[in-house]
Amino acid sequence: MSRWWPPLALLAAGIGVWELVVRAAHVPDYLFPAPSAVASSLASDAGLLADATLVTVREVIFGYLLAVAVGLVVAVLLHFSAALRRALLPLLVLSQTVPTVVLAPILAILLGFGIEPKLVVVAIVCFFPIVVNTVDGLRSTDRELVRMMRTLDGSRAAIFRRVELPGALPAIFSGARIAATYAAVGAVFGEWAGSSSGLGFVMLQSQPSLDTPRIFACVLVLSALALCLYGFVSLAERFIIPWHQEVANA
Amino acid sequence: MAGTADPATEPNTPIAMCAGGISLVGVTRVLGGRIVLAGLDLHVSPGGRVGIVGRSGVGKSTLLSLVAGLDEPDAGRVTVAGETSAAGRLARCALMPQRDCLLPWRSALDNACLALENRGVPRSEARGRAAVLFERFGLAEAEGLRPVRLSGGMRQRVAFVRTLLAGKEVLLLDEPFGALDAITRAELQEWLAAALEGEPRTVLLVTHDVEEALLVCDTVVVLRGGRVAAEFDARIACEGTRREIVTSPAFVELRERALEAIG
Repeated sequence: MSRWWPPLALLAAGIGVWELVVRAAHVPDYLFPAPSAVASSLASDAGLLADATLVTVREVIFGYLLAVAVGLVVAVLLHFSAALRRALLPLLVLSQTVPTVVLAPILAILLGFGIEPKLVVVAIVCFFPIVVNTVDGLRSTDRELVRMMRTLDGSRAAIFRRVELPGALPAIFSGARIAATYAAVGAVFGEWAGSSSGLGFVMLQSQPSLDTPRIFACVLVLSALALCLYGFVSLAERFIIPWHQEVANA
Repeated sequence: MAGTADPATEPNTPIAMCAGGISLVGVTRVLGGRIVLAGLDLHVSPGGRVGIVGRSGVGKSTLLSLVAGLDEPDAGRVTVAGETSAAGRLARCALMPQRDCLLPWRSALDNACLALENRGVPRSEARGRAAVLFERFGLAEAEGLRPVRLSGGMRQRVAFVRTLLAGKEVLLLDEPFGALDAITRAELQEWLAAALEGEPRTVLLVTHDVEEALLVCDTVVVLRGGRVAAEFDARIACEGTRREIVTSPAFVELRERALEAIG
């Protein structure tokens, strides 16, 4: 637990300084709210924020799961087909240069204003680190292990299932953890492009009325969301590949 | 697999096999523009145990890859138990690589089960069969441990059991103890010699340690210049304790002659 104290102490100090500066300089809340104003917004808008959070959480979780599923399938296909890898991998890299903010409105036109375009935006944002890390993990399999498996009657499928895939899991989880931090941002982009609920929608609504504390409150909740997803993936990692930590510590 | 007792149908020890012989005729292999093996001839009779010694880079591991069916010669023919195709040789040989190559995510027992699982034996049954060998080879307490928790010597033993459980007629051991300290190494050489006594298989042991080859094998072949430079009958080394053998005049003389041949 002691490793949590330094960042928490720093965070608390930062919040303290922020509060003091805003008060001392008499900055109005609509320009830059003090932490206390954000906190009171969190409390007074709790119901509204809770409803919005539920909507966004759904988008984040399902979009993320979609990204993991599609990412793993695509990575495995790329792993098995060198031709596909040569053809598709550069295009995947290229696709990452298209800003998601630009894609989101197009997806809203295509898929309407329901949850679907949000899932797709979240999935697009999360997909890339998962694919790249999975492909790298699968390809970095120790050749000596593969030779050993071949003399032990290992078929191509057996080598994949018993050596390549388990060996790639640490890399897959690094990708999944990076993706977890992107998911909440993806959901907000999706909501900004057209929605009637969710944290992104609340942020948009609060902007014209200059309810900046509420916008900050939304950002806070979004951060917490991303942190939770990250923590959950890390926890899953610990359960699924307990051996990896052991090897790293040895 | 005619005439072969498949351990998949005979769960009880020993997992003995009718051994097949190995024959290499005029085998040449060029790797990266360098002639590694140059018209090499080598014959191992069924059940024979041949140690291959030589300086590093002399082509010992290349030779094993060829026999194992993991590689094809540029010229010449490699036959294992009558099989000349790479796939046929692969089916007859089990290779114990230089490093133990244990999978870090599997327990020691499950690592040993790999070959059985690859052949479709259910895991519980494979575990039962591996457990018998773990008992026999003094590995019982290592069963549930992952490789990272095992000592170097233990890991090599597990790797050896994994190779045995493949149930192949031919065992190819590539520097199995190369990474171990001298004491563990000496211990495992004795252990291996004893383990092989109960397993009538054809064995090809590659090592840079002449003493190891003489202790474990009944014939020692010196590789030099891409060919077999000398061949020694090592059976005199078969009686007495290790220390008695290693210090006996006959053994010392044999070792000197082999070292001279290595050059």
